[in-house]
Amino acid sequence: MRHFSPRRFALLYSLLGMLVGAGMTPMAFAASPLLHKRAPEFVRTDLNRKRMDLKTYRGKVVLLNFWATWCAPCQIEMPSFVAWQKKYGPRGLQVIGISMDDDPASARDLYRKLKLNYPVAMGDEKLGQLYGGIFGLPETFLIDRHGRVSAEYQGETDLKSIETQLQTLLPNHRKIGPHYR
Amino acid sequence: MNRRLMMRSGMTAFFVSFAFQFAQAQFPASGTSAATQAGSALSIPQAQLIQPEVLNQLLRATGTEKPLVLQVGSHVLYAEAHIPGSEYAGPGSQQAGLEALKSRMTSVPRKDFIVIYCGCCPWNHCPNIAPAFTKLQEMGFTNVKVLYLADNFGTNWVGKGYPVERGR
Repeated sequence: MRHFSPRRFALLYSLLGMLVGAGMTPMAFAASPLLHKRAPEFVRTDLNRKRMDLKTYRGKVVLLNFWATWCAPCQIEMPSFVAWQKKYGPRGLQVIGISMDDDPASARDLYRKLKLNYPVAMGDEKLGQLYGGIFGLPETFLIDRHGRVSAEYQGETDLKSIETQLQTLLPNHRKIGPHYR
Repeated sequence: MNRRLMMRSGMTAFFVSFAFQFAQAQFPASGTSAATQAGSALSIPQAQLIQPEVLNQLLRATGTEKPLVLQVGSHVLYAEAHIPGSEYAGPGSQQAGLEALKSRMTSVPRKDFIVIYCGCCPWNHCPNIAPAFTKLQEMGFTNVKVLYLADNFGTNWVGKGYPVERGR
């Protein structure tokens, strides 16, 4: 018969208590209604006055990022999106930014300041509702090459987890492991 | 005896850990002196905060004093969804938004019950709520509560199933 020491028992219950307590905090996430569904299509004019039509990016992996100039976490992650566009763009990544600012002038200023190398268009409540309700920022969607929402990231997110996921969506993704090269 | 000791120590550890994790999520952690400087949501005293579930119950109750609820963040996000009956009076991070708030509140009695909220982004990053709270204090309002939205309006209000309205 296996014996449990009081210490091991207490550790187990501590872990259980932490998990249950944490699960009841506001950090618990609800499943996105758009996950694995076709990403809602939209057409906008970007800040450079070019037409932005989501369906023209079919065949590419799209990172669709909702942000705003007043959103500090947004500005922290956007330089990474610039780096990924440069690094993964040749492999089929397209980053698209949607500014939820009220004023396009402020969005344009930040676009220039951060030297964004991807198209940015102005969003509004209509586009926000199309994407299930953008009620807080940043919010980022990964859309696969078939136009389906592969992942959704709400609020501050570990950028490494986004990068790992987008790598798996790119063509010619190679698993590195004991049986592959 | 040993089994009893095991159960007691285990249950004690469980409840202490649970209480600690749960309590941490209900209120913002007190920050460093840099984090609590003016302009940061962390500078708002905890006594002035109101939890979403409390405000929701208050707004649904009959026969109780209802606060004037103001959203002081993004107008686009307000238009997508806002607390029913709330008005837009922002953004608190911009001078024009503070002027709009001041203009709206000029004729409001200073003892009226006011609740302001934003929910644009995680609490400790919100640029709107603290300036708006400070403005109301400067105007002499003595009964102001701030809705504590730890993550954002979507997670802490909409995601909880509380009622919303749409439109500008």
